[in-house]
Amino acid sequence: MISIENVSKTFTLHNQNSAVIPVMVNANLRVAAGECVALTGASGAGKSTLMRMIYGNYLTQAGRIIVGELDIVTALPREILQLRRETLGYVSQFLRVVPRVATLDVVSEPMLAVGVARDTAHERARELLTRLRIPERLWLLSPLTFSGGEQQRVNIARGFAHEYPAMLLDEPTASLDVANRETVLSLIEEAKQRGAAIIGIFHDEAARKRACDRQIDVSVYTPRAS
Amino acid sequence: MNPLLKVENISKYYGSRLGCKDVNFDLYPGEVLGIVGESGSGKSTLLNCLAGHQEPDTGKVVFDTRADGPKDTVTMSEPERRMLSRTDWAFVHQNPRDGLRMGVSAGGNVGERLMAVGARHYGDIRGTAVDWLDKVEIAEDRTDDRPSEFSGGMQQRLQIARNLVTGPRLIFMDEPTGGLDVSVQARLLDLLRGLVRELGLSAIVVTHDLAVVRLLADRLMVMKDGRVIETGLTDQVLDDPQHGYTQLLVSSVLQV
Amino acid sequence: MSTEYNFAYLDEQTKRMIRRALLKGVAIPGYQVPFASREMPMPYGWGTGGVQVTAACLKPDDTLKVIDQGADDTTNAVSIRKFFEKTAAVAVSEKTEESTVIQTRHRIPEQDLTEDQILVYQVPIPEPLRFLEPRETETRKMHALEEYGLMHVKLYEDIARHGRIATSYAYPVKVEGRYVMDPSPIPKFDNPKMEMAALQLFGAGREQRIYAVPPYTKVVSLDFEDHPFEKGGAPQACGLCDAHDAYLDEVIMDDAGTRMFVCSDTDYCRMRREAGHIGEMGVPLAEDAA
Repeated sequence: MISIENVSKTFTLHNQNSAVIPVMVNANLRVAAGECVALTGASGAGKSTLMRMIYGNYLTQAGRIIVGELDIVTALPREILQLRRETLGYVSQFLRVVPRVATLDVVSEPMLAVGVARDTAHERARELLTRLRIPERLWLLSPLTFSGGEQQRVNIARGFAHEYPAMLLDEPTASLDVANRETVLSLIEEAKQRGAAIIGIFHDEAARKRACDRQIDVSVYTPRAS
Repeated sequence: MNPLLKVENISKYYGSRLGCKDVNFDLYPGEVLGIVGESGSGKSTLLNCLAGHQEPDTGKVVFDTRADGPKDTVTMSEPERRMLSRTDWAFVHQNPRDGLRMGVSAGGNVGERLMAVGARHYGDIRGTAVDWLDKVEIAEDRTDDRPSEFSGGMQQRLQIARNLVTGPRLIFMDEPTGGLDVSVQARLLDLLRGLVRELGLSAIVVTHDLAVVRLLADRLMVMKDGRVIETGLTDQVLDDPQHGYTQLLVSSVLQV
Repeated sequence: MSTEYNFAYLDEQTKRMIRRALLKGVAIPGYQVPFASREMPMPYGWGTGGVQVTAACLKPDDTLKVIDQGADDTTNAVSIRKFFEKTAAVAVSEKTEESTVIQTRHRIPEQDLTEDQILVYQVPIPEPLRFLEPRETETRKMHALEEYGLMHVKLYEDIARHGRIATSYAYPVKVEGRYVMDPSPIPKFDNPKMEMAALQLFGAGREQRIYAVPPYTKVVSLDFEDHPFEKGGAPQACGLCDAHDAYLDEVIMDDAGTRMFVCSDTDYCRMRREAGHIGEMGVPLAEDAA
């Protein structure tokens, strides 16, 4: 489902004497449907960078990143947008939403974007919010007013609202209590069972072991400091 | 799928001074394109050339018309272009005063475009106007009030209703949230996002506010000195900018 | 006749220039033709536009009638009539059917006009879109491109505010299915009469515009399907001549507020009374004269 071949990435800082910083060289990774692969490596090794490259959030200088049928490296913006809408989900560490929009609508949005009826979308959103223990009295408030942990759970609910065939999870269990961690892990298991290909970053080793079939240490792709 | 708008080699000079140069892009149905750049970067000139408010010196703006398919709106006859701007196009001005009739009631402002395309049944016109006011969260009991009695945010929402009532397919926006309080901006952004999604609208949004484009635009075009220096997915351009100027622009945003 | 003046005051070149504008106006019904309006020996607002059009139309054998709000005996009407008596030495009359040229301010005579007659209107503001769109460049473009949605906005506002179209004079019309035109401040009661046998000419002196409605031209008052045009009219009959179909003026009779409604068209009223019609407060014509 996800195939990464000989992928390299550099940052060019034009305003700092055009310094060119290589951050990834010749990375390779394949994830099959129904499989969850963990990215590991020390902080700064490029776990999040690779994830952002797969999502099209960072540009890739060389290689191929195939998600489904699409090569992210050469795809047109609108092709990537369509992929993100229908195929590729991403749970980042930060919730980024329009202020003052109700939590229920924030969670429903990815479903509305693929044409799910509002009622159906709201129903699924309620179900997810309930499972993630967001108290019902908060559903009509904007999540931007919530605590960090609550925001993270809203972000997860939003990420799992539409059943994406491929998913990227950046620290989904960080800052969660035991019960909620358990819920997130079962969401991941359910996604795998329906055939989703998942790449995840898990700081928490126990969670990583439960959720993931394999792990890849991305520091092998990190260029040695020059 | 055909692009809704195909922009080819648009250039505009003011005498010897450059407005914008060699701008090319395609806009597909349902897409929202953000154009950012500082004052004088040519983004407003470009928008005005695209929307038919100014005539570009070179280039084509090919719009996929309902009746005749793709047509160059630059060489189109003026009546045809004006008809387009009353029906399939919409333009939301930064200052609501430029886009509203301040002496005409809210209902009349919304109804004008309907009457312009031949609606002659008062009850129907008013009914549609009230519906649209409701969509932009203006209460029915304000229908007969004039925009001069409205707050800035309400005026801007009224402008949007007035523009969208004829079901346009392309909406041009010039700093739509400029001059509004931050809290009002948020509500307007949410409204625009919802309308764009529900109506399948395409939009071109000119702004200098990077936070606005991040929330509103799918794609981004960065302009400097009249030229497009970088394009791409909005979040990619903002998170991994390639051009030095864009890097400077992104790193100059104050964090809250 | 005083020989110091050219016939009908204006010099021949000016009259030709005005006639050219008139011909263009007739050729494009309802279209506002710019013309080089002259200074006239009377202030703007007193009918300088109408006077110039009348001057350009008058022939020595014409009979001129001038009315102001339907009456022949008001200051404005009397002055203009005297002006042409003095400068053109034409015959004048108060009788509608005798006249060949009728200059009017704010009324159309009640009697049907004929193909042999010309009706000249004095126009203060010729542009019907002016109050909604102040830019002349824009209103011209709107006329050129037939973008008349704005005119209905005005009527919409009326209904929204008053529950009905409250515009009661200068009610906009569409001429021959093309140009929207201001019929000058005549009551909307007179609008249906504009589809007539006589030639109608409109002159706006200060605004320097001439327009025309040729005989038998279609003139439609703008309206909404669910708020159709109504010409309105008083429920009363004329107190003097008992006319039920005429436009009436309200006259206060005394300090106690006694009112009387009489025909605004004085000639029409006279004619009916001569024919023996007597209204509620009227007396036979012979006694009145005595």
